[in-house]
Amino acid sequence: MTAEARVGGPGTGPSGTGAFRAGASGTGAFRAGLAGTGELARLAFRRDRIALPAGVYVITALVAGTAYTFRKLYPTAAGRAALAAAGGTNPALRFLYGRIDGSSLGSLTAWRYGMWAGIFAALMAIFIVIRHTRSDEEAGRLELVGSAAVGRQAALAAGMLAAAAASIAVAVLLSIALPLVHLPVAGSVALALSIGCCGLAFTGIAAVAAQLTSSARAARGIALGALGVAFVLRGVGDAAGAAGPAWLSWTSPLGWVQFSRPFAGERWWVLALPLAVFAAGSALAFALAARRDLDAGLLPDRPGRATASSLLHGPFGLAWRLQRGALLGWAVGYAFTFAASGAAAQGVGQLLGTSSALERAITRLGGQAAITNAYLAAIMQLAGLVAAAYAVSVILRLRTEETGDRAEPVLATATGRVRWALSHIAVAVAGAALLLAVAGVAAGLAYGLRAGSAGSQVVTMLGAALGQLPSVLVLAAVAVAFFGFWPGASVAGAWAAVGLVVALALFGQVLQLSHWVIDVSPFTHAPRLPGGTVSAAPLLWLGLVAVACTAAGLAALRRRDVG
Amino acid sequence: MANAIEIRALHKSFGRTRALDGLDLTVRTGEVHAFLGPNGAGKTTTIRILLGLLRKDTGEASLLGGDPWHDAVSLHRRLAYVPGDVTLWPGLTGGEIIDLLGRLRGGLDPKRAQALIERFALDPAKKARAYSRGNRQKVALIAALASDAELLLLDEPTSGLDPLMEATFRECITDERQAGRTVLLSSHILAEAEALSDRVTIIRGGRAVETGTLAQMRHLTRNLIDAELAAPVSLDGVAGVHDLAVEGTHLRCEVDRDALTEVLARLTAAGVRSLVCRPPTLEELFLRHYSAERAVAGGHG
Repeated sequence: MTAEARVGGPGTGPSGTGAFRAGASGTGAFRAGLAGTGELARLAFRRDRIALPAGVYVITALVAGTAYTFRKLYPTAAGRAALAAAGGTNPALRFLYGRIDGSSLGSLTAWRYGMWAGIFAALMAIFIVIRHTRSDEEAGRLELVGSAAVGRQAALAAGMLAAAAASIAVAVLLSIALPLVHLPVAGSVALALSIGCCGLAFTGIAAVAAQLTSSARAARGIALGALGVAFVLRGVGDAAGAAGPAWLSWTSPLGWVQFSRPFAGERWWVLALPLAVFAAGSALAFALAARRDLDAGLLPDRPGRATASSLLHGPFGLAWRLQRGALLGWAVGYAFTFAASGAAAQGVGQLLGTSSALERAITRLGGQAAITNAYLAAIMQLAGLVAAAYAVSVILRLRTEETGDRAEPVLATATGRVRWALSHIAVAVAGAALLLAVAGVAAGLAYGLRAGSAGSQVVTMLGAALGQLPSVLVLAAVAVAFFGFWPGASVAGAWAAVGLVVALALFGQVLQLSHWVIDVSPFTHAPRLPGGTVSAAPLLWLGLVAVACTAAGLAALRRRDVG
Repeated sequence: MANAIEIRALHKSFGRTRALDGLDLTVRTGEVHAFLGPNGAGKTTTIRILLGLLRKDTGEASLLGGDPWHDAVSLHRRLAYVPGDVTLWPGLTGGEIIDLLGRLRGGLDPKRAQALIERFALDPAKKARAYSRGNRQKVALIAALASDAELLLLDEPTSGLDPLMEATFRECITDERQAGRTVLLSSHILAEAEALSDRVTIIRGGRAVETGTLAQMRHLTRNLIDAELAAPVSLDGVAGVHDLAVEGTHLRCEVDRDALTEVLARLTAAGVRSLVCRPPTLEELFLRHYSAERAVAGGHG
């Protein structure tokens, strides 16, 4: 480390100058650029010591858990063949999950969560790379680090090392875990490597994105946009079937996850494609990082308005301005996801006919009505749970503003604390309502168009989605209460409440918990629509709880120290 | 209302840390009052209590005749504040933030804001994430100075500005005083306080150790003597001589006012080649308040 560090440092006497001159050519320059990578990588692993293992664990558990569940749900070959036939013919399901090769347990696992595990690995890689490169640079931390004997590309190398380690860990763990749930070894390794290599490909893509803009937010947006394009290209190619542009799937790193055909005659050479993307991305990113200035991006910063528009007026205008970009992104995601989920509803009865255990599970989750209604009610509950996460993230922006010292200049003006907090609460309420409406309309439209009753389905599903709103608001109100009473614990506390509610919704009845434990979750009291009945009393009670928690939180905020 | 700010025996603790320990501070209406102390002395805590962001433990604090905690919103219409460490919303431009803060306060004069933007040479179309620390500080300063506030609370407002902009800032503060506004200027840049302020309060360990005009404070202090003599001289046994350093014929010491006549008589008797006798700068005053604290801390350690 010390010897390496001296290479880049000027002013270390004659030997330093010599090394510096040598560094100007070829490998010497490359080594100088990487000086300090080891230290920075250690720092990156230390900062991610919780998030990185957690991400790796979730992805591994998701895939291995699916394989395990499928064995229970589809014990017979005939049942599996029927599922594969149903899943393979429904274009909406092909759009959502990709194509099916074969009908073995392994094939079904790879179909149901292979590509999605690739998406999660890609997300993990993108967030890790940007966090340790552009975010640090934008925050000014790299300036301090760069003044030490640290090379120009060291931070990039360290961030990529952390992301690559996460992807490799996923591949290794899945290679071990899948054979343990009795899947064939070759197919397990192929699936594990496909998922890991997908993470590596997006490590390369994120590394390039981090060089392009001067803002971490925009860099993350570019990388996530690339992931979105990859999803759509693959989705359209897969949904089109033989008649349409099926070749589109080959242009997407997410398509490659299935083209390696795990459990169905593995095609190992396909793994070379994501590795090539990783190599090309790394080479490009390192070349760009060596040439550009600190803090600069290749894409110029667009200048903004020199004066504020009339919309940017008062605390409500500010809250809207700060939160509108995220809301737009969420709304697009909601429209897309719930249109696809709604379109898939038409084939659900057919799909589930093949598994009595799954049928029971879905019926239990959604109520006593027909399977399609139970499915639609289940996805509306999902829309509600995710909207609750959105609303909580909006409320917690208050805490970020407070700890970031940005609340102080606002509260030093003629803006009271309650009004300031209400401005963000208003965005949370309106935003959650908007997201639920989008989910209802998108699902109703997509299902209705296939079922031939678009008009009535849109109205039904809109009502079903908005029925979740009071439960969503209870969780938002809990976040407000945390923020008022225990600001230091508000982030952890509010997210723990969301996690508890999600766990109760997903596993509460499966684990046969006592009723009054399950009753803690506001979503237990939301109407199960479509198919169920609506009674006003629980909705009124939920509304009352939300108002009471919010009022208590705001009263506490008025009394405590800020900052 | 004779006093814009009146603080008596103010206490504030964070857990076991005592941030303010019986602070007294009076700022008269229409004056520029410098509030001096090192990092951690309690300057920012005081300002945050005055802004109603923190709640006092005990003591009294009144601001523009009102209670800073209960009347926060109505008082804030009449004051403008520049934080010490300015953090802005990275996605908003400087111009947008100036307008926004002005509107939140209840309106600002666009012509005056434009004039200040030119005076401080700020590019208002740039996103805040692209600003340097000095430019972020300019945004907060322009937003404050463009308002019609009666009182300006400035927490180390020039720590990121270059000397040219610092000069501009001083001109602006001089203008504000002529316009009859009250300014509380917290700082550890002593030349700034010396150049701008009518009165000074020095705070250490959460308590005001000295307050008054600079003339009054010099009155309490010693003179510095630096002399080159024809022959060595002994000042032993003269009361009121401190920190004496003699190297051959070169002599340095600090002298109380009462002892000055006696010391000068002895020096002239020995023959003077060169003599500097001056009141200490604010820096030196400040250092002395501090070294006293260090001595006490060292004594306990």
